[in-house]
Amino acid sequence: MKNKSMSNSELIQYKSEVKDLSFYYGEFNALRNIDMVLHDKQITALIGPSGCGKSTFLRCFNRMHDLYPGNRYQGEIILHPDDVNILSENVDPIEVRMRISMVFQKPNPFPKSIYENVAYGLRVRGIKQRAILDEKVEAALRNAALWDEVKDRIHELAFNLSGGQQQRMCIARALATDPEILLFDEPTSALDPIATASIEELITDLKNKVTILIVTHNMQQAARVSDYTAYMYLGELIEFDVTDTIFIKPKNKQTEDYITGRFG
Amino acid sequence: MKTDKKLEEIRAIIAHHKRWDLIFLVTGILALMIAVLTFVALFSHMLVDGAPRLTWSFFTSFPSRHAESAGILSAWVGTTLVMIVTALSAVPLGIGAGVYLEEYAPKNLFTEIIEINVTNLAGVPSIIYGLLALGLFVHQLSLGHSILAAGLALALLILPIVILATREAIRSIPISIREGSYALGATKWQTVSDHILPYSAPGILTGVIIGLARAIGETAPIITIGALTFIAFLPPSPVQEEFPYLSFEWLMAPFTVMPIQMFNWVSRPEEEFQFNAAAAGLVLVVMTLAMNGLAIYLRYRMRKKIKW
Repeated sequence: MKNKSMSNSELIQYKSEVKDLSFYYGEFNALRNIDMVLHDKQITALIGPSGCGKSTFLRCFNRMHDLYPGNRYQGEIILHPDDVNILSENVDPIEVRMRISMVFQKPNPFPKSIYENVAYGLRVRGIKQRAILDEKVEAALRNAALWDEVKDRIHELAFNLSGGQQQRMCIARALATDPEILLFDEPTSALDPIATASIEELITDLKNKVTILIVTHNMQQAARVSDYTAYMYLGELIEFDVTDTIFIKPKNKQTEDYITGRFG
Repeated sequence: MKTDKKLEEIRAIIAHHKRWDLIFLVTGILALMIAVLTFVALFSHMLVDGAPRLTWSFFTSFPSRHAESAGILSAWVGTTLVMIVTALSAVPLGIGAGVYLEEYAPKNLFTEIIEINVTNLAGVPSIIYGLLALGLFVHQLSLGHSILAAGLALALLILPIVILATREAIRSIPISIREGSYALGATKWQTVSDHILPYSAPGILTGVIIGLARAIGETAPIITIGALTFIAFLPPSPVQEEFPYLSFEWLMAPFTVMPIQMFNWVSRPEEEFQFNAAAAGLVLVVMTLAMNGLAIYLRYRMRKKIKW
């Protein structure tokens, strides 16, 4: 392996390494030879015009594409510290999804109570003891900054929450299982500005706990929340760097054009 | 001045177009009235003829040579037992097939052919099912002219309805709910049993009840498999006093059902029997309406929880 040359301390900073990743929807080549890293306990943003493949890339991390026929991966996504290639055919996608959680574009609460929503990931893992479930649900809701708002109606239907609260509940649901990486697929695109601000604040707060990869169509959002930013265009990774560098001094002309709004 | 004229023109155009609204409204109401009035006329006719016969003894008496002492005891018991067999066999089979086709089956030519077949089965004349049941259940499997054979025949008949209702209901669940479940690490079966089935239950239930409401009035397949038209005893009771307390002998018993009892009375020359037929028809219609009403109520109750 190439990385053998790196020192151990450098390696440990990476939660994940993407190596020469290509992805195909049937014949269509949606991602081309992507090389990237996710820094441990940091926020990495994926930006780019619609159709550039940023959501497709994100959904490789939890093998969501395996749900539909005709999809094909090439290359590797290595998850550290155990160096598993999560795209390998020998790795069960369910195992990957148990380690890497996802929050979707639109809040997608199940038509169950708030409690059952947040507890679902734990139930899937076979946890039945009420005390453990209670404790983990509360912790997850606290981490998602929702506990104080819902603690008195935790057994009411999740549909009764506002859009922003629903999305925070979905974040709590994703957090309850202690994921190693949390994926966000444009998590605020269906929300109003106030709800958006609270979600952004929450994402920033989560940084110490979990590695985050977030897709956003909103460049200001990427600038506000992320430590690293990747700019994608037509299935290719054009530039990947520290967020400040991408926004202040991009090396690539294409990135600069997109950032400054001359294109996209 | 010029704008005024234009405004008048616009108003004339709107008035002209609105005339068509009115014409369609009237035609629509007329079309609806034909359906509603036909039902009202039929129902009130049955009500006038049959209502006087609807006494307690009408439900507790066996058929008889004397119209005034004849009742529908064997018919309603037969109908109830046949419906139980039908529901217990069609519901698990239909839901299983529907879930398989929607969630598990790969999308290829083979499953597409199956899908087309299922859709077409819903339109096959019911007597064909009767013939199939006569050959398969009555003779091949030696079930005889029994409640079991009749229940299975009607189960086949409503199977496509249950399958289609299941698939419709499953398809109405948004993809984001499925993905949400899978993203948390759920397997296919966990997703089906924790989400797909509970959320599609209102739709499935409606389909099941509509199917049973159709089956309850079916006459042709039941006659084909050889139900009796005159029967003066009940099937053995499913509950016994001695161990094992439950008996399944009734499954193999001869029987009759409501529509056949009705048919039998209608074909009698004596006028008194026509009143019996009307009364039995009334009971049958009320049973069907009650089932449909129950379907609507349950759907409403269960849908309240689910919004998307």
